[in-house]
Amino acid sequence: MNVPTMAEMMAQGKQPEILFWVGASGSYDDRAKKITRAFVKILHKANVDFAVLGTEESSTGDVAKRAGNEFLFQMQAMMNIEVLNGYEVKTIVTADPHSFNTFKNEYPELGGKYEVYHHTQFIKKLIDDGRLSIDDTVLKDRRVTYHDPCYLGRANGEYESPRDIIRKMGVNLLEMKRNKSTALCCGAGGAQMFKDAEKGDKEINVLRTEDALKTKPQIIATGCPYCNTMMTDGIKATNNEATVEVLDIAELIANSQNL
Amino acid sequence: MQYLPNILFAIILIVGIGFFVRNIRKIIRNIKLGKDIDRTDNKSERWRNMANIALGQSKMVRRPVSGILHIIVYLGFIIINIEVLEIIIDGLFGTHRVLSFLGGFYSFLIGSFEVLALLVLVSVIIFWIRRMIMRIPRFWNKEMKGFPKNDALYILYFEMVLMSLFLIMNAADIHFQELNAGNPVSQFLAPLFEGMSVTTVHLIERSAWWIHIVGVLIFLNYLYYSKHLHILLAFPNTFYANLETMGKFPNDKNVTKEVKLMMDPNVDPYAAPPEGEEDSVPEKFGASDVTDLNWVQLMNAYTCTECGRCTSVCPANLTGKELSPRNIMMKTRDRLEEVGKNIDKNGKFKDDNKQLLNDYITPEELWACTTCNACVEECPISIDPLSIIMEMRKYLVMEQSAAPQELNMMMTNIENNGAPWQYNQMDRLNWKDEE
Ligand code: SF4
Ligand code: SF4
Repeated sequence: MNVPTMAEMMAQGKQPEILFWVGASGSYDDRAKKITRAFVKILHKANVDFAVLGTEESSTGDVAKRAGNEFLFQMQAMMNIEVLNGYEVKTIVTADPHSFNTFKNEYPELGGKYEVYHHTQFIKKLIDDGRLSIDDTVLKDRRVTYHDPCYLGRANGEYESPRDIIRKMGVNLLEMKRNKSTALCCGAGGAQMFKDAEKGDKEINVLRTEDALKTKPQIIATGCPYCNTMMTDGIKATNNEATVEVLDIAELIANSQNL
Repeated sequence: MQYLPNILFAIILIVGIGFFVRNIRKIIRNIKLGKDIDRTDNKSERWRNMANIALGQSKMVRRPVSGILHIIVYLGFIIINIEVLEIIIDGLFGTHRVLSFLGGFYSFLIGSFEVLALLVLVSVIIFWIRRMIMRIPRFWNKEMKGFPKNDALYILYFEMVLMSLFLIMNAADIHFQELNAGNPVSQFLAPLFEGMSVTTVHLIERSAWWIHIVGVLIFLNYLYYSKHLHILLAFPNTFYANLETMGKFPNDKNVTKEVKLMMDPNVDPYAAPPEGEEDSVPEKFGASDVTDLNWVQLMNAYTCTECGRCTSVCPANLTGKELSPRNIMMKTRDRLEEVGKNIDKNGKFKDDNKQLLNDYITPEELWACTTCNACVEECPISIDPLSIIMEMRKYLVMEQSAAPQELNMMMTNIENNGAPWQYNQMDRLNWKDEE
């Protein structure tokens, strides 16, 4: 794929419209890499002038902060800010709600002030601006439920952009009983993704997957690579791999538009 | 001798209010043990929150049944207390229904009080049924044993008795019943006293009157020991609540200073701190005891109503983990009370070899949290259990390096290769050619 880096852009004296912040999961995790590529396809399709940091990208420090390591977080933040400001980045788009949240809310005080979009917000903007059109026939009437990522939903109040896009695809959008501000966490947040769960009688991702399964979906859509992992594992744990797919909204679009 | 009841009343009133004031002072002192935090910005939004959330109970009705019942009890509680004003004047000056000169308006007032009293009585009975017969799960989590469980019930019994006494007092007031105005409820109780001698009925009326007002004063003083403190503290608590987006966790300013020093090549790391800033280096990061928390967090602890709405939406608790955000608040309050009693006894805090961490809240609870903010979103009076969890995690990690092993590895990876997993940073863009 053609994915320019900021360094290459700079060498050509160009400033891209947006920086696409890929994030650790989107860069290294096999499942999440598919989401990354799907989003790049959308950017290409809409002719968005973008770049990534590539090997200059580093952890936002978000997960260190939620784990309680404020020092490591701020070290990472300051290093990233130096790089970002060095490239005079104005707009950041990311498919990871955790990076989105920390850029938007926690970086400004440390000197990193950017216009920050979650990829679903950016896609919605592309559609609204007429830069991306959606074919609503491919997934017509497919049963889709949407799981709100905590750091996009409750943490930042963004419930509608993802839903708007899903509806545009002509699917049958089904709400779980716990949705939007009352949505249940997938279990990955607060650094849980990187450790074993504490002692309990159930896994959180299974509980959330059961919420989703009650809507009898064909697709569980989400907007976070960690939620994606958790729900995918939940689908496996409940033996539903044959009938239910877990997809990021970027993948839904890429699939339905044959990108 | 004629003034004996008035004097007696005055004494009871002074003692009752005196104790109450003393307790309130103690609470304020304990809350002030917390660290400073500035929550004076955006006054208009704060007033609005207080009006909507505390007074208007906007977040209560998210659960419609308990929400509406609670509003009835709350309105009843406030409005019927206007009647207490009359009772106090009557008690002090030996008058009887001193406000009755208001005529029709008085009948209207008392009439409304009676209707409200009946509604409160019914609501409180439904509350009791929800707790004890329907056994709604959030009232039966494991932290709701012993006093916390009884506390909730005592209050319900208190309300039942007080409301009944108010109605009996009116029903047994022969003169008042003869007016046959403002007695929409008590008129149906009045027949109970028919056939009794006038003296007996009068005695009943007087007893109900006295027990009612003494009950009110006891209730006032019971507040301090009870989750019912929220009827007062909900107001400042919603006023001083965090106004930021929930996803924004505060950046520790002291850490910022240190990190900036480390990253600035021109700074001499051994230079003496500039004048006036010598003391600004904190003695520790995060919180291991209540005095490391800020005063808003401590006020949160006193305000918690133990309703368990937070716990009933907590993903960790729902899957059987030790963590319960309600219990985080209850334990914080218990420890704060213990510290307060220690100060009462010794003049100032004497080390008791205990702290909030481990002796009250265990690392297992802290590490079960997904920082999902569901508890914060759910709390009807803007309490933030997550902020306490985060402060304590900070202490565990930054002061004790006591994170779970896997998290230590994750953090080492971030330090070494800029990702929570052990991958080569040079491979970060490999995804683009992998399909
Ligand atoms: S933030 Fe933590 S304590 Fe609060 S509901 Fe979520 S997991 Fe439970
Ligand atoms: S923190 Fe709020 S929601 Fe939780 S028990 Fe206390 S009052 Fe209820």
